Amino acid sequence: MSAKARLGGLRDAAAVPGEKLRDWWDTAPKGARWAVYGLLFVGALLLPWSGLAPIMSPDAKWSSILFYPIGIYVLLAIGLNIVVGYAGLLDLGYVAFWAVGAYSMAVLGAYYHWSFWEILPIGIAMAAISGVILGAPTLRLRGDYLAIVTLGFGEIIRKFAENSDYLRENRGIDNVPRPPDMSEAEIGGVQILEYGVRDARPYYYLLVVLIAVVIIMVKRLENSRVGRSWAAIREDEDAAELMGVPTFKFKLLAFGLGAAVGGAAGVLWASKTTFVAPDSFPFILSATILAAVVLGGSGNLVGVIVGAFLVAWLPERFRGAEEYRELIFGAAIVLMMIWRPEGLIPSRRRKAELKDGGGGSGHLGAEVAEVSK
Amino acid sequence: MFHDFTAQFWANTIDGVTVGSIYALVALGYTMVYGVLRLINFAHSEIFMIGTFGSLAVIQFVGFTGPYGGFALVGVLLLCLAGAMAASGGAAVVLERVAYRPLRKKGASRLAALISAIGASLFLQELFATVIIPKFFAPGRGRDMVGFTPPGEEQVRIMDKEVLFSIGSGDVRNDKLLIVVAALLMMVVLQMFVTRSKLGRGIRATAQDPETAVLLGVNIDRIVMTTFLIGGVMAGAAGFFFLIFYEVTNYFIGFILGIKAFTAAVLGGIGNIKGALLGGFTLGLVENYGASIFGSQWKDVIAFTILVVILMFRPSGILGESLQRARA
Amino acid sequence: MKRVPPTMRLLALLGAASLALTACGGDGGEAGGEIKLAFIGAQTGPNAQLGINISNGVELAIEQYNATNPDKKVVLTKYDTKGEPSVAPGQADKLIEDEPVAIIGPAFSGESKAVAPKFEEAQIPNISPSATSTALAANGWKYWHRIITNDDSQGAEDAKAIVSQLKAKKIFLVDDNEEYSIGLAGKFLEALKAEGITPGSDKINPDDTDYSSTINKIKAADPEVVFFAGYYAAGGKLLKQMRDGGVDALFFSDDGALDQGLIDTAGAKQAEGSIISCACQSVNPTADNPKVQEFIDAYKKKFNVDQGTYSAEGYDATNVFLDAIKAGNDTTEKINEYLKTVDVQGVSKPIKFEANGEIADKSIFYFQVKDGKLEFLGDATKIPTS
Repeated sequence: MSAKARLGGLRDAAAVPGEKLRDWWDTAPKGARWAVYGLLFVGALLLPWSGLAPIMSPDAKWSSILFYPIGIYVLLAIGLNIVVGYAGLLDLGYVAFWAVGAYSMAVLGAYYHWSFWEILPIGIAMAAISGVILGAPTLRLRGDYLAIVTLGFGEIIRKFAENSDYLRENRGIDNVPRPPDMSEAEIGGVQILEYGVRDARPYYYLLVVLIAVVIIMVKRLENSRVGRSWAAIREDEDAAELMGVPTFKFKLLAFGLGAAVGGAAGVLWASKTTFVAPDSFPFILSATILAAVVLGGSGNLVGVIVGAFLVAWLPERFRGAEEYRELIFGAAIVLMMIWRPEGLIPSRRRKAELKDGGGGSGHLGAEVAEVSK
Repeated sequence: MFHDFTAQFWANTIDGVTVGSIYALVALGYTMVYGVLRLINFAHSEIFMIGTFGSLAVIQFVGFTGPYGGFALVGVLLLCLAGAMAASGGAAVVLERVAYRPLRKKGASRLAALISAIGASLFLQELFATVIIPKFFAPGRGRDMVGFTPPGEEQVRIMDKEVLFSIGSGDVRNDKLLIVVAALLMMVVLQMFVTRSKLGRGIRATAQDPETAVLLGVNIDRIVMTTFLIGGVMAGAAGFFFLIFYEVTNYFIGFILGIKAFTAAVLGGIGNIKGALLGGFTLGLVENYGASIFGSQWKDVIAFTILVVILMFRPSGILGESLQRARA
Repeated sequence: MKRVPPTMRLLALLGAASLALTACGGDGGEAGGEIKLAFIGAQTGPNAQLGINISNGVELAIEQYNATNPDKKVVLTKYDTKGEPSVAPGQADKLIEDEPVAIIGPAFSGESKAVAPKFEEAQIPNISPSATSTALAANGWKYWHRIITNDDSQGAEDAKAIVSQLKAKKIFLVDDNEEYSIGLAGKFLEALKAEGITPGSDKINPDDTDYSSTINKIKAADPEVVFFAGYYAAGGKLLKQMRDGGVDALFFSDDGALDQGLIDTAGAKQAEGSIISCACQSVNPTADNPKVQEFIDAYKKKFNVDQGTYSAEGYDATNVFLDAIKAGNDTTEKINEYLKTVDVQGVSKPIKFEANGEIADKSIFYFQVKDGKLEFLGDATKIPTS
């Protein structure tokens, strides 16, 4: 190993703060890990504490924005991460699945008076099914074509809602029922299981539980045969296929799961907002969630959550710069891609892949770059 | 419903071809960049939007008060066209330099490049929405459509719109004819440039096999820049035609039109110059025929459905991919 | 993930610090003796202009009130919803936390559906200057009011004006597919059908620029009147392309299109003669009401632009609250009671509320484009028939 290479190695290690921490984490005993998970969960439940509000959100109600946009973005980002981060499929129309979930809630709730808990599994199933229906014929396409098909699908869903009489066009569906109150139990002055008009916290707690369930599911998958298959597909689909991985099946699974998570977020959001209209599902939201995933560190749950939190929270926190926020956001995405395409807190595996393989979607003019060096 | 289709067939044909020409010109940019870099230049729609403002800047800066006729009209139109092409071509080259070249040099993933493109698209739209339009084109009117003259002033027109002759239910108007003929002409010139000139050969060589092209002495940076420039100039021309035809513009006009132009490119066969033309016309026609049958609100759904269906069943498009070798 | 414990500690520390800070400044707010009003609606986003028109009217009214040196000055806080129903709840919750005595807004129907129930539960009286969805009034809300008529009455009046005043038989209906337009177009269609007329119809997408297929439909139908239900941005583009496409039919529209922007976009020549209805007479200085011209001048002086759609409604809504405050009502409950008794001539219209919060005055006025400007005509009988 040359001195230069060693120096490079040293610099790399120094450049990533918390590298040691991650080493510890990788070898940490099970008990310690669970303790950290537990602390995080409790921490998330304590977040709406009003003492934080003046720092975190001077212009909007802190517990409200914790639910939307922050919490919802986090859940959506975790869902999209299954598709983009794990399976390496680019989805530009992810918001469509959120819309399917939200409209399931709106139609079944407002038209047929079903309750939230009955609709939740149906909304999730509807979103998953639409994911599979879209995915089945399109997942054979190469990466960037898939991106455009999903973009088209997202727009079709929105335009369909805009023009469908049954979905009440742009008037939207109002009086969507809230989740039924479960108990009058009070903890720390909050009626945690009463879903009323004014307090966003019960919804937030419900969302945190939902996120925790999704995280556990995703983590288990990541460390199973499924997760390894995804990694194989991401790194080299042809090789994976040759090694006997049923790539199509696993891609479809990722797409369906991602869609299901989006659907769950949609049901809960619709039940809190009580009003669903096509305007709430613009393309820019798909792009924003994707940016959250990529900025945070595609493929790494912690990174994705942090990314989604920042993308949702920063514009709310700095409402003064409101007018220019999307301008800044756009510039930030470009700069981030140039300086740190692997994201803020990258997945180690993904980072290695990006270094030598393009992570499933190929290089941009890779051949050229190699030769012209 | 179908009565509408037959009764308005010729009118919709003429309008479809006119809009299709604009789609085709924008589609060229997607097609050529994709051919060379295999990158969907998502910000290309903004390059088109910038073209409309390039023309508008010329109109407002010179203070044209039209309508003009004869040679004066030709001169004014050429000047506006030049303004649009300069603005778009310049913007495209800058875009390549800032948002794509650093990624290319690093050998970053195409996913990263696509996301960078989305970021650039957002940035350019918002730059116009929050800074350029309020400052230079329409102070004090929020985010309304921007016309030839600042709000509150008498609207001018560059050319009077006259019906030259009619085919069935359709009127052939001077501006529509101009757009179709000029677009066709530009396509022919571009096709000749790509097939005959040295730079054109370089572009084709790079599209086919970048490694060999480099070994044979092709300057990749220059080829990529030229490709962006050509795509930008064509989008600028499209922006100019758009402005002359509709006489309004705004920062968001690129988004939907861009997706449609991309659809046209895919429809005709991405990477294929003739395909862009064919795709543009086909899309323009199908969209308008569909609108006459189902109602105009379904226009975008029709276009996006075509996109999805084509990508699902024949991703190589009508004419196949020809600037490059087909890749699976 | 192990990094989190230190972060948690930091957060806890920050939280404690802020708690200490708020505790220090706890009772300083009351001393000023100010009364809080709130505006909630779009200040940014694609439909921001309408929201800004309103909030400008609100600011003007409050400035004029404070200039009279009242006992307690009124302060305004604006809550920006971007016009989006999903953003509105966070702003509404913050608003409720800040405890204003009354609210001007929410501006649009969609966000009203999302947040008016919150204001209802918080028992804060609110007047919307611009949410016209008919369905809103059917919720039995006690604190919700609006200072504009709903879509139903306008659609029916317009149909009547076209059929009986203009004696038109061939009519073409276009709407721009916005929430406001759909309701209006629906009622218009119903009223026409009652008269035995079935108009041709089409919908346009407000973000589109190319309306050629719609123009071709209109041309094939060859109507005497084209009724457009929607906002001026789409209306202007449609009107221009109609004229360029050789359609001479009378262009007839509604208060969403009552804006100079319609003429700016379409061109003065193209827009000439168009008739526009409004449940308002706000840009009408010739009315028997000196307050109107005063308002127009004051607005222009303060903001350096002409007052726009719903500015006058925003101004009136605010003045209703200010009157209540002037009369010594300083709690939400008292102000809400006061609203039941209001019966005054505002700038936009006579103001009196019905029990369900709707405005009592439902008269519709008509405007015509003459020489590139909107000119006030009067009620339906004043529409020129030639």
